[in-house]
Amino acid sequence: MLGRLTWAAIPFNEPIPLLTGAVVIIVILAALGLVTIKGWWPYLWREWITSVDHKRIGVMYVVLGLVMLLRGFADAIMMRTQQALAIGDAQGYLPPEHYDQIFSAHGVIMIFFVAMPLVIGLMNVVVPLQLGVRDVAFPTLNSVSFWLTATGALLVNASLVIGNFARTSWWNYPPLSELTFSPGVGVDYYLWSLQISGIGTLLTGVNFVATILKLRAPGMTYFRMPVFCWTALATNMMIVAAFPILTATFMMLLLDRYLGMHFFTNDGGGNQMMYVNLFWAWGHPEVYILVLPAFGVYSEVVATFSGKALFSYRSMVLATLGICVLSLMVWLHHFFTMGAGADVNAFFGMMSSIIAVPTGVKIFNWLFTMYRGRVVYTTSMLYSVGFMITFVIGGLTGVLLAVPPVDFVLHNSAFLVAHFHNVIIGGVVFGAFAGYNYWFPKVFGFTLDDRWGKAGFWCWLGGFWLAFTPLYVLGLMGMTRRLQHIPDPSWRPLLLVAELGAVVIFCGILCQIAQLYVSIRTRERRRDLTGDPWNGRTLEWATASPPPAYNFAVLPQVETIDAFWYMKRTGRTRIEPAYETIEMPRNSATGFVTAFFATITGFALIWHIWWMVIVGFLAAAVTVLVAGWSDPREREISAEEIARLERARLGPRQPAE
Amino acid sequence: MSMAAIDTAPTAVRTELVPGRGGGGPASKRTVVAYGFWIFILSDIVMFSCLFAAYAVLSGNTAGGPSGRELFNLHNVFAETMCLLLSSYTCGLGALSAERREPMRFMLFAAVTFVLGAAFLFIEVSEFAGMVARGAGPGRSAFLSSFFTLVGTHGAHVTGGLIWLVYLVAQVVAKGLRPAVLRRLLCWSLFWHALDIVWIGVLTLVYLMGAR
Amino acid sequence: MRHAALVPVLVGVATLGGCSEGILDPRGPIASAERLLLINSTAIMLVVVFPVVLATLAFAWWYRASNPRASRQPAGDYEGRIEFVTWSIPALIVILLSGVIWIGSHQLDPRVPIAAKAKPLRIDVVALDWKWLFIYPDQGIAAVNELVMPAGTPVTFRLTSATVMNSFFIPQLGSQVYAMGGMTTHLNLLADAPGEYPGFSAMYSGDGFSDMRFVAKAVPVADFDAWVKEVRSAGPGLDAQAYGALAKPSTAVPPATYRSVEPDLFQHIIDETVSAPGKAGAAWRPPLQKGRG
Repeated sequence: MLGRLTWAAIPFNEPIPLLTGAVVIIVILAALGLVTIKGWWPYLWREWITSVDHKRIGVMYVVLGLVMLLRGFADAIMMRTQQALAIGDAQGYLPPEHYDQIFSAHGVIMIFFVAMPLVIGLMNVVVPLQLGVRDVAFPTLNSVSFWLTATGALLVNASLVIGNFARTSWWNYPPLSELTFSPGVGVDYYLWSLQISGIGTLLTGVNFVATILKLRAPGMTYFRMPVFCWTALATNMMIVAAFPILTATFMMLLLDRYLGMHFFTNDGGGNQMMYVNLFWAWGHPEVYILVLPAFGVYSEVVATFSGKALFSYRSMVLATLGICVLSLMVWLHHFFTMGAGADVNAFFGMMSSIIAVPTGVKIFNWLFTMYRGRVVYTTSMLYSVGFMITFVIGGLTGVLLAVPPVDFVLHNSAFLVAHFHNVIIGGVVFGAFAGYNYWFPKVFGFTLDDRWGKAGFWCWLGGFWLAFTPLYVLGLMGMTRRLQHIPDPSWRPLLLVAELGAVVIFCGILCQIAQLYVSIRTRERRRDLTGDPWNGRTLEWATASPPPAYNFAVLPQVETIDAFWYMKRTGRTRIEPAYETIEMPRNSATGFVTAFFATITGFALIWHIWWMVIVGFLAAAVTVLVAGWSDPREREISAEEIARLERARLGPRQPAE
Repeated sequence: MSMAAIDTAPTAVRTELVPGRGGGGPASKRTVVAYGFWIFILSDIVMFSCLFAAYAVLSGNTAGGPSGRELFNLHNVFAETMCLLLSSYTCGLGALSAERREPMRFMLFAAVTFVLGAAFLFIEVSEFAGMVARGAGPGRSAFLSSFFTLVGTHGAHVTGGLIWLVYLVAQVVAKGLRPAVLRRLLCWSLFWHALDIVWIGVLTLVYLMGAR
Repeated sequence: MRHAALVPVLVGVATLGGCSEGILDPRGPIASAERLLLINSTAIMLVVVFPVVLATLAFAWWYRASNPRASRQPAGDYEGRIEFVTWSIPALIVILLSGVIWIGSHQLDPRVPIAAKAKPLRIDVVALDWKWLFIYPDQGIAAVNELVMPAGTPVTFRLTSATVMNSFFIPQLGSQVYAMGGMTTHLNLLADAPGEYPGFSAMYSGDGFSDMRFVAKAVPVADFDAWVKEVRSAGPGLDAQAYGALAKPSTAVPPATYRSVEPDLFQHIIDETVSAPGKAGAAWRPPLQKGRG
């Protein structure tokens, strides 16, 4: 009846996951209880859960990413503590079967459920506003994408209390991930949660490519698009090109595990190297899927807070597209040590180092944007400058690892761990935080507190270097990654410094929580009444903060790049246009309901509860069919209503002259 | 203001530009839907190309089991190919009828398309069943795993396409050929033609090269 | 930002401080060449990276809004020549590095035998759950979690895995290479001087991974011959049965030796790994119709 699911799946004898799980469940129940008592359900259902507004969906993505950041960081600090304790003969407090789950979950959560939701959330909030349009191409599909991503996150976290997670690292390489070596539910949790959220991500990619290429304000030619839109376009094209590879690869591994096939097994003619190739054929573009939108954020932030147009827009676009293409041709550098010939290794090493050219150009462009500018140090600008310095060093170590013979001695070492945290924290996470601070007033109508924000920045920057510089050195000293205990007692001091770094980062997270709390408390005096708190350059600042559901009462006419900057200089913002009736998509429960049944299906597949698989799948399919039957339902907002809303919100802006 | 001269100076809005392509504002709903679905099909083709790659890598790994030469029956494959190619043709005729708002002609062609697709599936399923019955199932060797997965995934797409077709015909009956339904039909026919393209790949790589 | 300066400093400390192990303390020609490449590539990149970091700090400081002495040009200055420079500098560095990559990849290809006067020693390496088995085919002996080799003599390794993927790595001797089930990879190493060098698996392989360590002992040639003689004279032999017992998963296995080894054991292990019990030669009825039907 319940497949493999028995009471034995609940870890009654393991205090850490049990206690954590209990606390999380209590917190969730308390939150649900509060919502019920306060009678917030109708509001939540109407304004958030069934919302197809890209801004709301974007906010939900960012919230998901930030909550999962806490989970992923808890894993990180547990790992650092284990490695700081288990030195020499000591075994620490986490036995291998637990430690191995933690580093696997840390990687999966940070990549798929922190970094991806953060960048996709920012793209959701910003791209339609910057393009000067009212929503993405397929608003309901956007809601489906989000809820499927949430399903994946839910399944990964369910593994904490029901069963266990994969002990196969976030790569999940076979044959270790095959049934022979990993018979439990852990790998199935990994595979199904990423399959389901991967579909969500793919649909996001399709949606945004169509949006950026087909829905832009009148006059916004390609070469008038803000750089963030260019990076979003590149990222989503890479999602469309790369995520199907992951889907196909995981499908093959699932077939091995569920139907006894032989794609990647040791026996039966399977080929484990094919998994490694396919995984990184997705995995390397994935790195750029994450970092390109962050580059876009820096481009917006540096230009705005230097009070200058971005230096060499043309080079920036070219470099973005160059990275987009090159990223698909370098995957082999993740396994130079597999024994391919010198020609193959050399080719991929050279291709990998070539990516440093467009990336270097970008750094120079940001540098020259600051040159002779008026640099205002808000929190987002601090993150941008911190990024430039951090990322350059991450790039240096990255190119080092692209030299095959150097990789022969640094592959899988703590040096590598330090390198990719250097580029992902220094690049993606700093970018997400810069964007979060930069666009927060646009979304919520009030600015974030700068003092707590800056304190958070210094903790993150200092904590990052404290945590990962020792790992660079340990890698050079011959420490490999994923060690549950450390053989060499002489590494203890450096491991303690790394632990300290994690604690400092934790302080940074606390500062950010305080920043949010303080900002909400004092929101009345940090209201952004102008819609343009930073003296911005692009169209998202042309509308109110928060923007009305329809974004723009009248689609803006774009005549240059930095369209809003030009409008401000020519005084075009103050002319009241003739309003027309607007059609906006209605709310839709399709995303939530589909994802609800996808969760049930995924859970049942993991535990081999076949009847539930059939019920869940059919219910999800019927939901999609029902959604596909209905005629597109749009609600109309009349011209008078818009005129009333616009006059009300433009009130404070009138004395701008 | 770092763009080339054409964008440096503010110009009058160029009304001649086509919506969706450059300066003309958002494209029509029909264009957006078809374009988005086309992008989705591209992603599906990327997924198929991984399965093709897996088949190319594993096709020699028979692990002592049968090879394609012993298993494939090109007569069946020829019949399958004919069914699918003809169904694409009738699908195209159906799409033209739908665009001309001729529901009865559309239904006729949809029915023929459905029968041809179903015939394709019938041949494929019986071929699979025969192989499994003879001990050459997907678990026998890596070659057979990749064969069943590649060809089976295409078959699953055809199955999905047939269900979708029935569903759309029901929409045509219930609602007539209104714009929303026409957009869905357009997506469906894109999908159906894409399956043809994938099948040509399967035919060449799996059957023609494998049966030698 | 102040921490950024720590990186080169700490790397320098690790180098100059003469840490006892690791890739900065090479004990063989491969590892030495790889360290040289590491240092050279870093130096080449620092030529650009160092000024960029300095310029970032300088611009960020000088053009701060509160500096009255900074000259401003808010309209932006677009200069095609600067653009040319921003593309050429990284491009030149990468062209230089590409040369380094091409030459280095070919010179340090793990499969290329090391030129030396002494005749190379052959060692077959098998990754097991979770220990290393070293077979000396020419000597007819084997050892677990202990690799004894003559100093100054090139060693030619053949590697495979009887289980999941692992990576065979002795940092002070240089290159690592994967050991994978059903496949053979190749590696050539040489220890310049006698010494004990830690080795381990550098590819996570399951719960016992952290203890999948061994010591590579480079000894004078005469001592090696003596060791071979000693191993041959005592302990169990490694036949199919003993191998079956050894292959069962176990962790933190103490070093052990085998006085004899079944001939062609390495090949047998590969064959056994690709044919799971009960699957090999499974029933396959001949096709009902012949040929192409």
